[in-house]
Amino acid sequence: MTAEKQAQAGVEIEGLNLSFGRTHVLKGVDLTIRQGEFFAFLGPSGSGKSTLLRAIAGFGPQPTGSIRIQGQDVAGLPPWKRDVGMVFQSYALWPHMTVRRNVAFGLEERRLPRDEIRARVDRALDTVGLRDLADRRPSQLSGGQQQRIALARTIVVEPKVLLLDEPLSNLDANLRIQMRREIRDLQRKLGITTIFVTHDQEEANTTSDRMAVLDQGVIQQVGSPMELYDNPANLFVARFLGTANILGGAVARDGGATVFRTAGGAVIPLAQPEAAGKAALFRPQNVAIGRRGQGGDGPRLAGRVDHTEFLGSIIRYGVEVEGAVILVDHPHRKGEELFHPGDAVDLIVDPEGVQVLAG
Amino acid sequence: MAQQIWSVQRGPAAVGLLIAGFLLLFLLVPVAKVIVVAFQDPHTGAFTVINFVDFFGNSLFQESFLNSFYVAAMSVVVASVISMPLAYFTTRFNFGGTVLIQTLGVIPLIMPPFVGAVAMQLLFGANGSINLLLSDHFGFTIPFMEGLNGVILVESIHYFPFILINLSAALGNIDRAMEESAQNLGASGLRLFRRIVLPLAMPGYVAGAALVFIKVFDDLGTPLLLNVNTMLAPQAYLRVSSIGIADPMGYVISVILVAFSLMSLWVSLVALKGKDYATVQKGGGGLMKRDLRPWEKAGCYAVVVFLLALVLSPHIGLLLLSFGTIWSFAVLPDAYTLAHYATVFDTAMRYITNTLLYAGLAALFDVILATAIAYVVWRTDLPGRKWLDYGATAALAVPGVVIGIGYLRTFHSFNVPILDAPLASWWVIIVIAMTIRRLPYALRSCVAAIQQVSVMLEEAAENLGATKARTVWRIVIPLMSGGILAGFVTSFATAAVELSATIMLVARETDAPLAYGIYEFMQSAAGRGPGAALGVIAVLFVGIGTFISHLIIERGRKAHATTGQAAVEV
Repeated sequence: MTAEKQAQAGVEIEGLNLSFGRTHVLKGVDLTIRQGEFFAFLGPSGSGKSTLLRAIAGFGPQPTGSIRIQGQDVAGLPPWKRDVGMVFQSYALWPHMTVRRNVAFGLEERRLPRDEIRARVDRALDTVGLRDLADRRPSQLSGGQQQRIALARTIVVEPKVLLLDEPLSNLDANLRIQMRREIRDLQRKLGITTIFVTHDQEEANTTSDRMAVLDQGVIQQVGSPMELYDNPANLFVARFLGTANILGGAVARDGGATVFRTAGGAVIPLAQPEAAGKAALFRPQNVAIGRRGQGGDGPRLAGRVDHTEFLGSIIRYGVEVEGAVILVDHPHRKGEELFHPGDAVDLIVDPEGVQVLAG
Repeated sequence: MAQQIWSVQRGPAAVGLLIAGFLLLFLLVPVAKVIVVAFQDPHTGAFTVINFVDFFGNSLFQESFLNSFYVAAMSVVVASVISMPLAYFTTRFNFGGTVLIQTLGVIPLIMPPFVGAVAMQLLFGANGSINLLLSDHFGFTIPFMEGLNGVILVESIHYFPFILINLSAALGNIDRAMEESAQNLGASGLRLFRRIVLPLAMPGYVAGAALVFIKVFDDLGTPLLLNVNTMLAPQAYLRVSSIGIADPMGYVISVILVAFSLMSLWVSLVALKGKDYATVQKGGGGLMKRDLRPWEKAGCYAVVVFLLALVLSPHIGLLLLSFGTIWSFAVLPDAYTLAHYATVFDTAMRYITNTLLYAGLAALFDVILATAIAYVVWRTDLPGRKWLDYGATAALAVPGVVIGIGYLRTFHSFNVPILDAPLASWWVIIVIAMTIRRLPYALRSCVAAIQQVSVMLEEAAENLGATKARTVWRIVIPLMSGGILAGFVTSFATAAVELSATIMLVARETDAPLAYGIYEFMQSAAGRGPGAALGVIAVLFVGIGTFISHLIIERGRKAHATTGQAAVEV
């Protein structure tokens, strides 16, 4: 790798392994995060995403493998020499210091002149819009304000990388949406390489440029949110990123066309003739539903409505087809006719939306 | 509608008023009386500050005041020196001796300091075991027990757990993220400790230190038994017992003791106010711990074992004294005997039976009052209900000496109807004094218990037709039983060794409780053996009591952990 290329990488992780005693938590993680990128670690609890983030900051057990930040290997450095800024899930604002003292802390540790500290703290507080609260104590702030102060305290030192450990998990739903926009805007403005840990796919989708899905200490897939949603590399990623119909069966030939024949005998058309694997995957919105024998042409699956869920903008039908229940999302329009459990229906699966995986 | 609400609240209101009356009569009035008398001219009854002028103009009282202050302050220092390494070991390192340290934190509390004082004299005194060994082998001695030193040593060995417990809790409550975020921003080592860890642990330390200060400042038994009379509490006792209850100096001293009590409580309140530094989050917990290198581990164990020996020394000394024949100018007693225990059972059984009766009654009254107060405060919306809690807790700020003097003054002219004798000299007054003094302990235990009972459980009972009273009887009290029992045992065990208030209220030898008996025996050299035997019995009372209450609390915690998730979260 050339020096120029290295400079472009914000964070490079190679062959990272980490154990808590006998529990192997991270298993051979390789990952490159570009300079200035907003990157998310997404995974269920226990997937190792927070452990990976903390390893970058230098917390937790010593891992093997290498972590390079802007080309510099930091694996052997203690946390206070890494120059990565971390915002903790609990914010970790020190209750015995005012907001100003909290924000000034990192600059004081860097032995900057008093005037400069004052100016930079003011600027950081302005950035998060809370300069008025500089003399308050953390306990006098709301959750959202604490979150902003925690951000200000971290960005004021202008770290090489910004690490956010589930920063929105302690906020209520509305504030969460507002804060994730603010964090995203701030990141764009500062152009700082940012890693965001979350178990909420919506958070990852809405904020990140790219993301890595983790499960059991292994990176399952890396890519932009839409790439991962549309082309999941495996069933775990498919299930974790939104609702998916996953049917077991095998690829078969039906005349000139390639189809997927499910275990129950239903036939689903495929767009790619070279598809191979034992599981067909398609999202509920890639299936159309209609009354039995009415309208349209093309291959269809005959089924019976099993249950319905009203989700606001859509109605999600569970339709039983050859022993399997297929979920179908139908846009909801006021006054439109509904199907009821027991109704006989036809399903049309969009071949472009079907993906065959190894299973 | 309003009438209905009133009828529902009538029962609790009556109970609340009754308790308020009791607290007023036996806590507020006596203390107020003491304060009033301190500001009264003894002859004319007019308001005056002349008593305080006299007090501070008298060289004996000046010395007593300075001595009390010095002893209390030095005890805080010594107790801190003992506590700090222990608290640091358990919170900073993966240290196997944590159980030892927890034991260290309990052992002193099961023995009132005055009980071990004489035994400490025999171990650490000028002619005690340690100094005999020192002068034999190294040719010098250390004045551990000379005058005020003795009081400081005995008190700090007894009271250091208050600092240890508070400091450990404060350190344990610091979330790891507090430290990690500082490291993330570039702080490490001593700077990290000074800027983050120390300030976060400070409130807990100050609260513990203030408690130690005031306990030592108020203590009567230890200086009395060590024959150090130039301190405030002994002076108050000696003035009242030798000159009489008309002498104003006892009252002046009482006012000073109360003022210092309030001041220390205020200091610890200020230290803790608005500083709920319990920052532990879910999944977090405690500071970063690291493993010890072998030589570090050896060092830690050496410190812990040394402190354990020091903390156990009053117990060991007392045991030796109770079994020893003659123990004088010798490292160990000359021979061993059971004679002292025989003497106790022959001549001093009444001390034990009196104690069982007094402490048993006091503990019973305490849990009844405490349960009622807890219910009224947490389950009704009677106006002013919080004042019952404040009132009962205020007893913490009143030294035993002051309660004793206050009762003598207030009730000496109050004749009990059928008995036709003053209330102040009837044994029941001892029970009342114990009840008032131990009520705060029982109350905390009962309040904790009622807070763990979900209101929904009561609402369910009412929904199924149980009245308020039936609900209390069938749901609340059974569910609180663990806390009530723990409160009973704690009150009983500590009341059994109460000395400072009871010593003044014992009118007849036949009415005297155990603690008074120990004091009486220890006055003469010949009585030390039986006194120590009585002391061992007292320690057994308290030790077994503490152990039982620990078991009850642990069992309750386990039961809650398995059955009521919701109850634990409340």
